[in-house]
Amino acid sequence: MILTKAQYEEIARGLVSVPPTRQSLRKLRRRFPRYLSGVLKNGAAPVLLELANEVEYAPSLMARIILERFLQEREETPPSKSVITSMLRDPSQIPDGVLANQVYQCIVNDCCYGPLVDCIKHAIGHEHEVLLRDLLLERNLAFLDEDQLRAKGYDKTPDFILQVPVAVEGHIVHWIESKASFGDECSHHAYLHDQFWSYWNRFGPGLVIYWYGFIQELDCNRERGILLKACFPTDIVTLCHGTGDPAGPAEAGRSRGRKPSPIPAL
Amino acid sequence: MAAVLESLLREEVSVAAAVRWVARGTPSSEESPGEAAVLSSLGPLRKEFVPFLLNFLREQSSRVLPQGPSTPAKTPGASAAVPGRPGGASRGGRGARSQLFPAAEPPGPAAEAPPARRGGRRRGPGGPARERGGGRGPGGPDEGVGGDSLPWPGARRPRGSGSPSSPGLARADPPNLSNLEEFPPVGSVPPGPAGTKPSRRINPTPVSEERSLSKPKTCFTSPPISCVPSSQPSAPDTSPPGLGLPPGCGSLQEEREMLRNERCKQLQPPPTPACPTPESGSPVPHRTGSLSAEPADPARVSSRQRLELVAQVYSSCIAENLVPNLFLELFFVLQLLTARRMAAAKDSDLESSPGALDSLESPLFLSIHDCVFFAVQVLEHQFQVLSYLDKGTLKLLAENERLLCFSPALQGRLRAAYEGSVAKVSLAMPPSAQAVSFQPETDNRANFSSDRAFHTFKKQRDVFYEVLREWEDRHEEPGWDFEKGLGSRIRAMMGQLSAACSHSHFVRLFQKQLLQMCQSPGGAGGPVLGEAPDVLNMLGADKLGRLRQLQERLVAPQSSGGPCPPPTFPGCQGFFRDFILSASSFQFNQHLMDSLSLKIRELNGLALPQHEPGDEDGESDVDWQGERRQFAMVLLSLRLLAKFLGFVAFLPYRGPEPPPTRELQDSILALRSQVPPVLDVRALLQQGLQAGRAVLTVPWLVEFLSFADHIVPLLDYYRSIFSLLLHLHRSLVLSRESEGEMCFLNKLLLLAVLGWLFQIPTVPEDLFFLEESHGDAFEVDPVASEHGLDSIPVVDQQLLYTCCPYIGELRKLLASWVSGSSGRSGGFVRKITPTTTTGLGAQLPQTSQGLQAQLAQAFFHNQPPSLRRTVEFVAERIGSNCVKHIKATLVADLVRQAESMLQEQLVTRGQEGGDAAQLLELLCSQLCPHGAQALTQGREFCQRKSPGAVRALLPEETPAAVLSSAENIAVGLATEKACTWLSANITALIRREVKAAVSRSLRAQGPEPAARVERRGCSRACEHHAPLPSHLISEIKDVLSLAVGPRDPEEGVSPEHLEQLLDQLGQCLRCRQFLCPPAEQHLAKCSVELASLLVADQIPILGPPAQHRLERGQARRLLHMLLSLWKDDFQGPVPLQLLLSPRNVGLLADTRPREWDLLLFLLRELVEMGLMGRMEIEACLGNLHEAQWPVDFSEEVATLFHLFLSEPHLPEPQLRACELVQPNRGTVLAQS
Repeated sequence: MILTKAQYEEIARGLVSVPPTRQSLRKLRRRFPRYLSGVLKNGAAPVLLELANEVEYAPSLMARIILERFLQEREETPPSKSVITSMLRDPSQIPDGVLANQVYQCIVNDCCYGPLVDCIKHAIGHEHEVLLRDLLLERNLAFLDEDQLRAKGYDKTPDFILQVPVAVEGHIVHWIESKASFGDECSHHAYLHDQFWSYWNRFGPGLVIYWYGFIQELDCNRERGILLKACFPTDIVTLCHGTGDPAGPAEAGRSRGRKPSPIPAL
Repeated sequence: MAAVLESLLREEVSVAAAVRWVARGTPSSEESPGEAAVLSSLGPLRKEFVPFLLNFLREQSSRVLPQGPSTPAKTPGASAAVPGRPGGASRGGRGARSQLFPAAEPPGPAAEAPPARRGGRRRGPGGPARERGGGRGPGGPDEGVGGDSLPWPGARRPRGSGSPSSPGLARADPPNLSNLEEFPPVGSVPPGPAGTKPSRRINPTPVSEERSLSKPKTCFTSPPISCVPSSQPSAPDTSPPGLGLPPGCGSLQEEREMLRNERCKQLQPPPTPACPTPESGSPVPHRTGSLSAEPADPARVSSRQRLELVAQVYSSCIAENLVPNLFLELFFVLQLLTARRMAAAKDSDLESSPGALDSLESPLFLSIHDCVFFAVQVLEHQFQVLSYLDKGTLKLLAENERLLCFSPALQGRLRAAYEGSVAKVSLAMPPSAQAVSFQPETDNRANFSSDRAFHTFKKQRDVFYEVLREWEDRHEEPGWDFEKGLGSRIRAMMGQLSAACSHSHFVRLFQKQLLQMCQSPGGAGGPVLGEAPDVLNMLGADKLGRLRQLQERLVAPQSSGGPCPPPTFPGCQGFFRDFILSASSFQFNQHLMDSLSLKIRELNGLALPQHEPGDEDGESDVDWQGERRQFAMVLLSLRLLAKFLGFVAFLPYRGPEPPPTRELQDSILALRSQVPPVLDVRALLQQGLQAGRAVLTVPWLVEFLSFADHIVPLLDYYRSIFSLLLHLHRSLVLSRESEGEMCFLNKLLLLAVLGWLFQIPTVPEDLFFLEESHGDAFEVDPVASEHGLDSIPVVDQQLLYTCCPYIGELRKLLASWVSGSSGRSGGFVRKITPTTTTGLGAQLPQTSQGLQAQLAQAFFHNQPPSLRRTVEFVAERIGSNCVKHIKATLVADLVRQAESMLQEQLVTRGQEGGDAAQLLELLCSQLCPHGAQALTQGREFCQRKSPGAVRALLPEETPAAVLSSAENIAVGLATEKACTWLSANITALIRREVKAAVSRSLRAQGPEPAARVERRGCSRACEHHAPLPSHLISEIKDVLSLAVGPRDPEEGVSPEHLEQLLDQLGQCLRCRQFLCPPAEQHLAKCSVELASLLVADQIPILGPPAQHRLERGQARRLLHMLLSLWKDDFQGPVPLQLLLSPRNVGLLADTRPREWDLLLFLLRELVEMGLMGRMEIEACLGNLHEAQWPVDFSEEVATLFHLFLSEPHLPEPQLRACELVQPNRGTVLAQS
């Protein structure tokens, strides 16, 4: 689904307001004691989750903050990021049983963030990459995938680099990036900056497929070398390897100039 | 000096003799004794003859032609500066290009005792002009836009501030030029104070009100110089004003005012189309007047004979390259041809001396007829050069009605030349920026000192292109400033390039991008108005009337580079120039210079394929085009690189003006003379000249030198270079065509670029005229030169116009005549772009060593060059492929071995595996010896592959013996290349690959060594219709969140749904199409969580409100499903130990009554199915004791533990009931 910017904004307005982040963080700091008193009363009650809901903050992020604070007070040194991440992934590692349950509750109830959701996002991305790979194979377009590129020492790797470039809607395409998300303004700009331009800088023009659509107005870099599509393109022109016929019109003209082409037998 | 001209006019001396005398110095035996006597008496003046002649012509024309087209010739810089082109930004005094000839002695020690020069001439109005240029600081974007940028018309601008003078005074009196005392020769003044401004124009003679008879009055100021806005001070000219002036003469400035006033009176309206200060009150361009060009009539020419004679002398000087800039003179002549009106024609004074036709006392050009006649005369002499101009120019010339009228014969020849010409100079598309592609060979992590450097470079590349893109988008926006917009970002980026190696990487990127974007001249020109002139050309002159208005619109705001533009950085080049300036990083500059120098050396030394004159058939014609194209690409690249090298190398020394005092200059000279040149250009020039490759070397050298600062030409090193260039210039006589001579267009290119160089203000003005030629300045190796590039017609018009876009000014001039606009030189900015945009040909490898190599060389000597190219190409490619082949076969095998050895090691050493470095050493010590096989395999590969490739590429009629020799040589070369590399690098290569593999597999081992068991794909029949992993994770997550709560009372899942979910999970795990390891890991984990919730009976079940709990049997069935999934379908590890984590066991604590049977059931099944070992379970149970539980719960756990331990290790299902009765609580473990 390709939306116009106006359409997208209308939808976005309808959606819940963006959770206040920094402000709620400050509130949270103040509320940590409340968590303690809350769980002392009833360890099984969804204290942490409710806390998160109250400040309109993603529960898993809330869990992370509380956990961080918890570990800090326990060990008196700020815990490393990887420790926290690992504990969030497996709350069994959390030394406090009650907190472990609270954190787990936050994580399974969060539908935007957290290790589980991350994994779902990742899986969706992967699934679309596989889909794209199949489509490329189906059309006999030779490519190098990310792993192959990385093995060769490329520093930035799109999902696929075509070994022989093709033209899509008249635009040259050297690489294809699959994005299993909707291309809104914010994410697209981030992608442009972190990925797409970097690919262009190294491999030339390419194609981005936003499988879940994008805002039409964002497809403004076609001439510059970044083409957006919401599905696998149908209009693909490949390089023709002339077999009998001379490749270019110039060639053809020259050979005609030399020797008049024979009249084809009827 | 005028004496010589007068002698000529009086026919005392023949033109030929005079030119010989000027060119060579001594009267030769060819002269008659009379001639010889005359000439030798004039000996000391020899060197000044040409400057005098040129000045004479300029001044004559400027005086007679009020619309003064003469100026560009005299003051080319007048039209040189282009607004908006920041090219000259860092060089001050660009405007000073306007002076053609020296006004001051260069204070350099190398100047050979110059004869005394009259001070009055030195201190010409060129001074102020130069001040203006010089006063503008470096980097001023509007540099040269001031008075200098405006061509002649400003000269006639009436200026109220001018000192009043009578009209008569403004006119020249007949000078007594033969009076040497009173009219000392040009340049005969002793070196003046160092502060004098070098002036490129011929010194004008001041007009004094109380002029004596002997005062020469011929040298009138040229209009462009007088175009100085009155506000511009001439203060920097430090010498006392009266120093060089004849007594009684106020200042030239005043005279100029007189002239202006005079002319102003004669011209109504004043022709001041482009004058910067419209104080005259008539800023309106004089086009209305200019449209009505005065008709020229051959019958009304006043003194044919005299004009013919002067034209002959002038033409001979041009032909002998005695003038500094051939095209400047042509431009001047065309200006005469296209002059519109004659202001002074009605001046009766001018006609008052009809008897003085044999002297210089009467003006040369009395009317427009004279001008045109003279111009046509010269053009007749210069027909050969004209015939080599591009087709468009020829057409305009051939269609010029004046030319037709004055010389139908010349017109006929031009028309014929036009019709025969194929020299269409085409306009290429403006290229869009293309990034330098990522090169895994050089951009690899292995080429960086650290991960950090690698990642920094990665970021830098992106920042660089971001900056480039922004520049592309915005640099044409008014008010956008490079430094303001991008400067800080560039510097921040440069700041991150700490390591030297990072700098070299970045410089490589920078240089490649530079070549890629700017090499094609389209990149240089940009699309600015490029179309207009071509449209005009296509339509032809006759249809131009209708386009006149349009064209004038186009022309009016544009000012072009003129016939002698300053060095600029057009188009994309501007980005790179500004980048260098903004970066202001000395490390970057140094690395850039290193890199540019290397590349220049490399390209300059490129063995360009040589044309065989004998081979004229079609096949060689194809090669021939290729050679030309390759030459053009190499030349253009070299010019670009050299330009930037010059720019960066002289950047620290560049200042707007030469040092103010002699002492300062001497100390700077002493300092600079010990600095070695950034690139030994002298050696390269000498080599180039000797090898007959001047046509390649000189054009880039000129680009390099054009950025020299004022001191450079005074340094011995560079002075000798200039000296060489001067001799070369002199030797390039176009009319000389013989065997072994340089080709015409090659010469023309060199003449054009050298002529341009000699106009650069930093090049000492006297250099051209005072440098004495010593014939042995350079020796040309006769053998080399015969086969050298110089004698091959490598230059075509396309290349000529690309390298010297200013030649296109001729066409603009002619076109503007047609279109009826004024005879301004500035027209439309237009770049000629070549059609060739392909990359450089692969560089041929150097063959070397031994008799075999010599034999191979000899073999190629008598074969067509394409054979050699083919063989070398094949060898190069096969050799390179051979290395890749070895890498893909032998090395890959060894890596596989290493991997399996590693696995063994890991198994034997256990989980720890030991130190990675140690492991690596062990593996390498075992594997590296196998590298020896690489050489044999490589040899075999080359042997196998080369012959076929050679055969495929060579023509079929190649004789068998030649073919087999070629094949053998190719095999030999390829083998040599491959084996040299392999023997040096194979061990390192194996090490590197093994190391990468080891670290890869160690990383993959990670915390769960079993994870990397070879992955099975789904069965062939699978159609991949299974539910997607992401969907399943999402579904299971929903169940988990329901179970964990909080939830509404009516929420829950149906047992059927759970069953279906597990079934789907099974399908998904069996079809592995869309499954990635992280997804599988999470699925495994979620399934374990689900099992725990089942065991603890925590899953809310939909159904009658009373029930809400899962039936025991259903629970067991679901657990069974999970067990079989874990056993059969998961390929990754399943974290089953989580089932016994305190948290999951703790779930049971909340249930009332606590039921342990499902847990016990699960544990037994796990053991049963071999999913967990008893020991493992026992360890987990043991850990449970450490957790803090309510007392009663701890007791129950302990009981469970004992119960589990007490069970015998029975193979059969353990379904019997067991009781862990805590009687007082009545907790029951239900019967199965």
